[in-house]
Amino acid sequence: MSVSLDIRLKRANKVYHEGERVSGVLLVNSRDALQHQGVSLSLEGLVNLQLSSKSVGVFEAFYNSVKPQKSKLQPNPVEFSITPETLQNVRERSSLPRFLIRGHLDATSCAVTQPLTGELVLESSEVAIKSIELQLVRVETCGCAEGYARDATEIQNIQIAEGDVCRGLSIPIYMVFPRLFTCPTLETTNFKVEFEVNIVIILQDDHLITENFPLKLVRV
Amino acid sequence: MASVQWHSRARKYESELHMCRLEVLAVELSDYHPLKAITVTDSKSRRGGRKGSTSSSSSSCSSVAPDPLSLTLDGTDPLSLFAAASETPTLPHSISAGKEEEVGSDFEPWSSKRGEILSRFTTTEKLSINLFMGSDKSKASSPSSAVSEKVRTRLEELDDLEEGSQRELLNLSQQDYVNRIEELNQSLKEAWGSDQKVKALKIVIQCSKLLSDTSVIQFYPSKFVLITDILDTFGGLVYDRIWSMCADPHPLPESFSADDVNDTAKETCLNWFFKIASIRELVPRLYVEAAILKCNRFLTKSGIQETLQRLTAMIRGIGDPLVAVYARAYLCRVGMEVAPHLKDSLNKNFFDLLASFRQVHGESVQNQLVLQRVEIPIYLTLYSPAIHWILQCVAYRAPEDYINCAEIWVEFTCRHFTKREVNTVLADIIKHITPDRAFEDAYPQLQSVIKKILTYFHDFSVLFSMEKFLPFLDMFQKDSVRVEVCKSIMEVFIKHQQEPTRDPVILNALLHICKTMHDSVNALTLDDEKRALSLLINGFIRMVSFGRDFEQQLSFCVEARATFCNLEPVIIHLIHTVNQLAMETRRVMKGNHSRKTAAFVRACAAYSFITIPSLTSIFSRLNLYLLSGQVALANQCLSQADAFLKAAVSLLPEVPRTISIEGKQRSSESFLLDFINNFLSTLLVVPDHPEQGVLYLVRGLLNMVQDYTWEDNSDAKIRVYISALPLLAAMSQESYLYTIPKVDSNETLYGGDPKFIAEINKLCETLISQVLDHLKGLGRDEGVRRQGSLAFSLFGCLLAHGDLRNNKLNQLAVNLWNLSHKHGFCDTRTSVRTLECIKHQAQQADMSHLSDMTARLSLQSRA
Repeated sequence: MSVSLDIRLKRANKVYHEGERVSGVLLVNSRDALQHQGVSLSLEGLVNLQLSSKSVGVFEAFYNSVKPQKSKLQPNPVEFSITPETLQNVRERSSLPRFLIRGHLDATSCAVTQPLTGELVLESSEVAIKSIELQLVRVETCGCAEGYARDATEIQNIQIAEGDVCRGLSIPIYMVFPRLFTCPTLETTNFKVEFEVNIVIILQDDHLITENFPLKLVRV
Repeated sequence: MASVQWHSRARKYESELHMCRLEVLAVELSDYHPLKAITVTDSKSRRGGRKGSTSSSSSSCSSVAPDPLSLTLDGTDPLSLFAAASETPTLPHSISAGKEEEVGSDFEPWSSKRGEILSRFTTTEKLSINLFMGSDKSKASSPSSAVSEKVRTRLEELDDLEEGSQRELLNLSQQDYVNRIEELNQSLKEAWGSDQKVKALKIVIQCSKLLSDTSVIQFYPSKFVLITDILDTFGGLVYDRIWSMCADPHPLPESFSADDVNDTAKETCLNWFFKIASIRELVPRLYVEAAILKCNRFLTKSGIQETLQRLTAMIRGIGDPLVAVYARAYLCRVGMEVAPHLKDSLNKNFFDLLASFRQVHGESVQNQLVLQRVEIPIYLTLYSPAIHWILQCVAYRAPEDYINCAEIWVEFTCRHFTKREVNTVLADIIKHITPDRAFEDAYPQLQSVIKKILTYFHDFSVLFSMEKFLPFLDMFQKDSVRVEVCKSIMEVFIKHQQEPTRDPVILNALLHICKTMHDSVNALTLDDEKRALSLLINGFIRMVSFGRDFEQQLSFCVEARATFCNLEPVIIHLIHTVNQLAMETRRVMKGNHSRKTAAFVRACAAYSFITIPSLTSIFSRLNLYLLSGQVALANQCLSQADAFLKAAVSLLPEVPRTISIEGKQRSSESFLLDFINNFLSTLLVVPDHPEQGVLYLVRGLLNMVQDYTWEDNSDAKIRVYISALPLLAAMSQESYLYTIPKVDSNETLYGGDPKFIAEINKLCETLISQVLDHLKGLGRDEGVRRQGSLAFSLFGCLLAHGDLRNNKLNQLAVNLWNLSHKHGFCDTRTSVRTLECIKHQAQQADMSHLSDMTARLSLQSRA
């Protein structure tokens, strides 16, 4: 006897807000007569923890109810200017080629449903540019008094410039947050989900310049 | 009253004049005179404070007082304002919805370009198709990524064509390449048909990636053609699928909006956009999103516009200028297909292209060319299909934008360059705006172009030597606009042309322009408009001078007469011009005409003689006959003068009793009297025609006056008779008051022949008896006031011109005086002064008889 059950929700985009009703139909497909004891509906929430080798042992100490947060969105544009002098973690600053990159992000507090936007201008560079990318990183932190585990994951990489781009011409920064890999920023005592964007500039000589911007994602 | 015998008083004009002269007074030139031009006097140089009195003169600094009439004509009259307001501006095509959102057949489609590109950009070098594989991880992602293996695999799913497989096709000939791409196109359709949507997307992404590869660069344009074919296929498939999802229960209408689309279809559509937004590499992400641009229609109203703007900006991220320009061409292509009215993005693409064009000479490109051994000129030709396409899109139905720019540019050109460059701009405007009669929508801008040129070019020989100037004017094909433009040109000419000209270029062009103005006149043209046009044309004619080449001047007038025959003021002006020409000839010859100049002045007379009858205004005709007669006489053209004056006399019966003056019917009597008096004074110097009787012109005139239908209760005829007496008296003098040099008047012809004098006297007596009869008639009716006035006139005439030593005349004069005072309507002051004058005259030699007369002239009889 083969039976298939198919729950078809009425809402195409599967996004529900507080107070809304989840409705749809249940499609039962069976060749033969099917006996049953009534159909009941139950909803489960699931958080899947993936353990990395670094965080083994930490999660044993972790328990807390996770409460979603709602916060207001305030546009807070960020200007940036990148030169060899502004870089940290440089071994030999003198060996760096000269360059000047300026730009801004329209906001670092973003609605998850809205793209990250901004502009970037390559004012000058001694060495040709190979690529400019936006790297979206999710940072998950778990911890308690005994210590914490931090796990950064690249969840999306978007190339916004390819090749030796024109100097002085503004290039748009534009990235849609992937629906499956982003959620509102979450911060509790023991558990944090945060997002960052890296602007990554790769020079022809494979020098890598990265500028990091913490983001705060909210669902409006 | 018995008939009177006339005796003219003998006159000594010289001594009379001398005696009449007042004591000579020095006239201060600075004295106020209403007709004098206002001049500025430097008030500082004057001593003494005349406070406030200088303010009126010093405030106007022009040497000529502004004419208040022309000032009021300046500006727009209420009627034309009204007409202007009713002309609502036409909306640009893009605003109106519906069919306008599709390109017309006047847009050369991409399909006709692709074959040309494929056959032009070929190569014999070996090509490769490298479809990046999922297993080749180090190549596919940037070395920066610190990402777990698992996540990366998931991210790169989209980039893989077939999981775990790798395909790199090397050493392909061009034909092989074309075949392979076609195979990919087929497998795209197959994948789609078998519901493998993700595979289909992968194929498209992998193909788009090939466009960021510029190896075998001379083949790039063809590669672009082949791969965008695949993109077009993909775009069509996605669109049709989403469209079909909305077909239940009713198919979507062609002009559907996002509101008509159901949620499932929207969600599917949104999914496509999310998938595409996560494509890692710039070039494929750009191309694939552009390929499904049209799908934005399912989501939002403004989606297409916003996406076009965003993708346009996104292309700035492409460093390779060749890759970038083709990406722009593709974006313009889909933009034109989906929303040709969204010009902004098309223009932005073009301007971005210009802004980044220096990339062509950048180091990266140079290195690449060296590596591939391609010369710059060859390399640059690779851009032409893309740029050509972009320009075609930008220029499509863009005359409005164009003309708005051109209107500004022309001023820049006028200000900083010479006529050569301005001519180039004009030629360019003509070229752009002639197809489809686009100029019809651009009259205001075209007018403004003319206005700007006229602001900077006042030298009309320069202006008209621009060979495109007149062809430019030809674009004004709407009558009203064309005339406006011609008028503005003529206004500038009249204002700025300082010297008379004979430059054939100017004359031809202005004749053309004036003819255009003249030809616009029809039965409906308002009088004001005719007058304005005539003024401008007269201004032109006034500025035409061939110097001493009088013959040329006359033939110009002949031509002008033919050209401007419908504007009476112009014809009148031409007659004056020709008369002036005759007088100028006389002046140059100092009154002694040669055979040639005599023939010439006769030709001038002939011109006037045949032109005058074409005028409709009777007083214009009369006055011009008289004037032309005087000119002919001055130039010793006796028979011509005779003809003019005879024509005037025979015209008199046609003078209507009322004429229209500025739209009002007025009695013509006073004008007629003026004319006749003027005519009479001319007759003194006109010698009698040898074949006609004595004084035949005077008699002719008087006969006409007698037969003319005067107004009822009018004294006009009698006044003419009284006016004729001084002429006749003047004619009977031994030496005339005035003569024309080299023309023998009756004074010489008759030499005071008693028969001639007798004729004159007879005529005078007839006239006087007519006057007296009339006076008698007035006594019977209410006409005593008129009687008094006429009697006094005749009295004055007798006193001045009659020989009052003759008792009968003397008695008549006394009677007339008394008659005029009989009813007390006489102006006492005039009477007193007249008496004083007579007494003064009586003191002179041979005039003592007057003192006897004064005794008999009682001053007032108010009884």
